[in-house]
Amino acid sequence: MNQGAHHAQDPPTPAVIVRDLRVRRGGTTVFDGIDLEIARGGITGLTGPSGCGKTTLMRAIVGTQRIRSGTVTVLDREAGSATLRRRVAYDTQAASVYTDLTVEQNLRYFARLIGASRHDIERVLDQVNLRDQAGRRVDTLSGGQAGRVSLAVAILGRPELIVLDEPTVGLDPLLREELWEVFHTLVAEGATLIVSSHVMDEALRCDRLLLMRDGRVIADTTPARLLSETGAADPDRAFLTLIERKAG
Amino acid sequence: MNVTRTFATSGRVLRQLGHDPRSIVLLLVAPSLLVGLFAWLFTDTDVFDGIGPAILALFPFVVMFLITSVTTLRERRSGTLERLLSTPIGRFDLIFGYAFAFGLAAVVQAFVTVLFAVYVCGLDVQGPLWQLGVVAVVDALLGTALGLLASAFARTEFQAVQFMPVLVFPQIILGGLFMPRDRMPDVLYAISDWLPLSHAIDAVNAVAAGDEAWEVYRPLLIVAAFTVGAVLLASLTLRRRTP
Repeated sequence: MNQGAHHAQDPPTPAVIVRDLRVRRGGTTVFDGIDLEIARGGITGLTGPSGCGKTTLMRAIVGTQRIRSGTVTVLDREAGSATLRRRVAYDTQAASVYTDLTVEQNLRYFARLIGASRHDIERVLDQVNLRDQAGRRVDTLSGGQAGRVSLAVAILGRPELIVLDEPTVGLDPLLREELWEVFHTLVAEGATLIVSSHVMDEALRCDRLLLMRDGRVIADTTPARLLSETGAADPDRAFLTLIERKAG
Repeated sequence: MNVTRTFATSGRVLRQLGHDPRSIVLLLVAPSLLVGLFAWLFTDTDVFDGIGPAILALFPFVVMFLITSVTTLRERRSGTLERLLSTPIGRFDLIFGYAFAFGLAAVVQAFVTVLFAVYVCGLDVQGPLWQLGVVAVVDALLGTALGLLASAFARTEFQAVQFMPVLVFPQIILGGLFMPRDRMPDVLYAISDWLPLSHAIDAVNAVAAGDEAWEVYRPLLIVAAFTVGAVLLASLTLRRRTP
C-alpha cells in the first residue's frame, strides 16, 4: 500500500508496535507494561480467555483507550492521531451501527464522514453480501446480518488496518466461512487485519497468532508452529499446554 | 468544524427521527394538546393570557432535553459514539449536527404550537409572532445543549429520564410560571436569575406584552449564552479516549 517512504530493500515497519504499555480500566490493571509487534499484511489473531485484555489492546491500537504510560505506534504514527482516522478502521464487538436506519443509510452516513464514494458503498455491500438487504432497517435483520453491516462500515474507504473485535462470535458455520472469505479478500487487496476471538478453532485460520492471558502475551506464533511445538492435536489443548509450561 | 460532516450528522439524526412516526406525532401534537388543556381549564378567566406564553417557552425546552439526552445516551451505549470518534469527525461536528437537526424539529414544533395557541386557543400576543418562534427555537437549543450534557452523567435511559426532576423541574417552578419572579422571596429570586429557563420565560413574556428590542433580546441573549456554555461543557464530555 502507501509505503513510498520505504525503499524496496527495506523491510516494512510493523503495522503495530506496542512498547511498555500500561492501562488501567475500572480500577484494575489490564496491562502492566506489555510489548508486542504486529507485522503488516495478513491476518493476526488475538486470542485468549475472556478478560485477558484483547478488547483493551484493540482499543489502544485504534486510539480510543486512555492509557497510563507507554507507546502505541500504528502505521508509523502515534495511535489515534488524526491522520490515522481514515487509515485505521475498528469494529466493536457489538454491531455498532444505527439499528433504526436502513443498511444503506448507515453506509451513506459513515461514507460521508470519511469521504468514501458512492461506488465504495456498492463495493462493500457486495463484499459482505448484503445487496438485497440494502433498503432494510438494521433492526429487522438477523444478528449475523447486523454484524455484517457493522463490518461493511469498517471496510468503507479501504482502510489499511482493520481491527475487528470478535467478528464471528455467535455466527453459524456457513456465515463464519463467508466472513473468513471476506477477510482473505481484504488481505489480498493489501489490508492488515487484526481479529480477536476467544474461540481457539477460529484462531487456526489466522496467519499469525498472539496468545494472551491476564494482560500478557504468552505466545507470538503461527497456528502451525503452535500445534507442532506443543504437540497437541487441537488448538484448545495447545493453549492449555502453553499455560502449563509457563506456570511450570 | 467541517460542514459536510456536520450536515451528514444532522441528516442522519433526522432520518432516524423519520423512521419513528409515533415520536414525530408526539413531538408536534402533544404541546398543542397541553396548551389547549390549559386554555380550556382557565376558560372565562384571564389566567391563560398570563401563563400561556410561558407554557410556550416550556415545551421546546423540555421535549428537546428529553429527546437529546436519550438519543445521545443510546449513541454512547450502542458503541456508535466510540465508532464515530475513531473516524475523522470532530466533537463539534457531532454536537452541531445534533443541534441543527433538533433545532429544525423545534422550528416545526414551535410553528404548530404557536399557531394553535394563538388562533385556536385565542392567546393574546402583542408582539410579532415570528419572535415567539425565535424564542422557541433558542429554548429548544438550550434543551438540546443541556440534554447533551446530562447524557454524559447518565448510564442508562432510566437515569437520563430521572434528570428531568433534578435539572428541569426546579427551573419550571422558579421560572415565573407559578409566581411572577419579582414577587418571589429574595433568595429564590436570586437563584432563579441563574436558571436559563427563567430568562426564556422572560423573553416569551416580553414578546407577548409587545415589548421592543432590548426587553426581548436581553433575556434571549442570556439563554443563548447558557446554551453556548452547556455546549462547551458537553463537548468536554465527548472524548476520543475513554477509560
